[in-house]
Amino acid sequence: MDDPERVRARLEETGYLVDEGLAVTCFLALRLHRPLFCEGDAGVGKTALASALAEALGAPLIRLQCHEGIDASQALYDWDFPRQLLHLRAAEAAGVTDADRLESELYDRRFLIARPLLLALQTHPSVLLVDEIDRADDEFEAFLLELLSEYSVTIPELGTLRAESPPVAVLTSNRTREVHDALKRRCLYHWFDHPSFARELTIVRRRLPDVSARLAEQVTALVQALRGADLLKPPGVAETLDWAQALDALGASEVDAELAVATLGSVLKYREDTDRARGLDLAAVLAARGG
Amino acid sequence: MGTGTSGASGPPGADTVRHGGDARQRAAPKEQLGRDAARLGPGTGPPGTDPGHLGADAGLLAADAVLLGFVRALRAAGVDASSERLSAFLRAVAALRPGVRADVYWAGRATLCGGHDDLERYERVFAAYFGGSGAGAGRVARTAPPPRLRLGARAAPTGPRTPGEGEPPGPPVAALASPAEVLRHRDFASLDPAERDQLRRLLAVFALRGQARRSARRRPARRGEVDPRRTVRELLRRGGEPARLRRHARVRQPRRVVLLVDVSGSMAPYADALLRFAHAAVRAGRTEVFTIGTRLTRVTRELSHRDPDLAMAAVAAAVPDWRGGTRLGELVRAFLDRWGRRGMARGAIVVLLSDGWERGDPELLGQQMRRLHALAHQVVWANPRKARPGYAPLAAGMAAALPSVDAFVEGHSLAALERLAAVVRGGQTGAVRVKGADGA
Repeated sequence: MDDPERVRARLEETGYLVDEGLAVTCFLALRLHRPLFCEGDAGVGKTALASALAEALGAPLIRLQCHEGIDASQALYDWDFPRQLLHLRAAEAAGVTDADRLESELYDRRFLIARPLLLALQTHPSVLLVDEIDRADDEFEAFLLELLSEYSVTIPELGTLRAESPPVAVLTSNRTREVHDALKRRCLYHWFDHPSFARELTIVRRRLPDVSARLAEQVTALVQALRGADLLKPPGVAETLDWAQALDALGASEVDAELAVATLGSVLKYREDTDRARGLDLAAVLAARGG
Repeated sequence: MGTGTSGASGPPGADTVRHGGDARQRAAPKEQLGRDAARLGPGTGPPGTDPGHLGADAGLLAADAVLLGFVRALRAAGVDASSERLSAFLRAVAALRPGVRADVYWAGRATLCGGHDDLERYERVFAAYFGGSGAGAGRVARTAPPPRLRLGARAAPTGPRTPGEGEPPGPPVAALASPAEVLRHRDFASLDPAERDQLRRLLAVFALRGQARRSARRRPARRGEVDPRRTVRELLRRGGEPARLRRHARVRQPRRVVLLVDVSGSMAPYADALLRFAHAAVRAGRTEVFTIGTRLTRVTRELSHRDPDLAMAAVAAAVPDWRGGTRLGELVRAFLDRWGRRGMARGAIVVLLSDGWERGDPELLGQQMRRLHALAHQVVWANPRKARPGYAPLAAGMAAALPSVDAFVEGHSLAALERLAAVVRGGQTGAVRVKGADGA
């Protein structure tokens, strides 16, 4: 993938549509070996980008879901203590007395449990998704910063493990918290907006080829209208797909206002939002689309 | 599910500066790049580039100079583009089609911007610097307002400070002597400049920590659950012989504290002191600060500056709505929509520092306060007017908000802020000493 155009084409083959900006940014991430920092509302396709990249590169996707209090043993590596103990007992029973050898055996690689970060360093090629980095705490950010700048880790018992070639790293944030600037500086930044009607329709058609063209268009129009309706949680592309799928599962090939209201639960997740949507003239939105 | 990115104006067209048809010379020689970039930039030399400076870096090529000038203009507009970002930008441009405007645009956007707030500035400066979309190149020069000490000047309007009057800026311990004891209970609105000065020094050592909550993380401890990892490790170290049990306990972490400071006209006598209080709180730990007036402004980053006066200056530059009216309901909603619901208010202690003088719809405020209350661990309202004799929460906004407030405290004096800090820390009552005051 040696220019942005080709990156775009490859991603589109996987069903992930990118515009010029994201294509250039992804190209730079691959070319400069820089992590890609993705910010934007939930459901706009940040996580999906990582899977699309993995598919386009033919590389496994290694995912690390961040949460508060996440630490190195959950993210990087751990020793398999039960197996180590078992090994020790077995050696004891067999009458092994060479303590040094036993010790070095105990910290053999086969007792090492690679967690996502180490796995990503060891797998080549790979795409590393660090999801919702804003949920982790400052210490973890600092730790990640170090790892992403060196692409190597030091395990006291084994020494330094360095990635043959760095994984493609994608970090996502929902902006619940400002991520430290030092980490962002290491990364390429990309902001995800909600897509335009035409783009979103293309996404729906591409992802759900079985859904009727008319239904796809109507659902997209409805979601776009809902986004403009000052909701607590404006629906993302993921919700558009959910809704189209739900209606399709009901056997609908097109949707009227009544059916739309009945299935709002696939799109809106707050009672206040549902109330507000009921108050909207959904029929008019549908009519505007050549009802 | 790819999605669009650009804002309303979008990236400048890719074809505007494309040269030689579809020439994609990724490994173009440097001079080629130089010529291309020179064509990209404003012919007469970029605004904001200091020629003397450029002369010193004799090795700089024309291309880099144009890009460097752009980064400088960006910095002047308030984007925090460090040298690390700059070098990433240069490398990114070199990896793309040289001289293609859209590529330069996206390369810069990905490498120089650090957040959503930067994007709008970036767009503006890019249009101004590289021309096009109606924006003149001269605009860049105007977008560089250095921070001014506006707040300081406004906060102490009465008379000049006489040099002999104020005590020497010694350690805060001196300030806790009897005059400070008086000061502790004085209303901020009634202080003279010297007292304000002293108050500032007192506030500078104020730390605000949320009450502790159990976190998922564990630390080695003397008591607590058995830590299998460390115990087994110890066991292995002894070749399988029984070893002392190692234990660990959950870490207790202070909850996040969010301060919403009202800077509208009716709060003018208090805003300076309250923001300094906020500054101390930000310096001490996990505290987020927003100002509310006619709009919501996040000022945590501005307040994170070590020096209180510089921090205040940064806040003054960042907050556009000093002394406006208050639309509390709308702003609480803006806070919840943009930050709170995503997680900032979740499980946090949210403190509103306001007189509750609502100029909008009190019903909206009541509704948004209910939302806030459902998200936050605790909602505290500190009202500087509460201490006035005969005060009753009759202002429509205050009355609407109160049912969703866990603690309603005063906020007019140092002592009141100490009590507020105690509430935030989890001890409901009891005087709490200013942290750090007993040192030195």
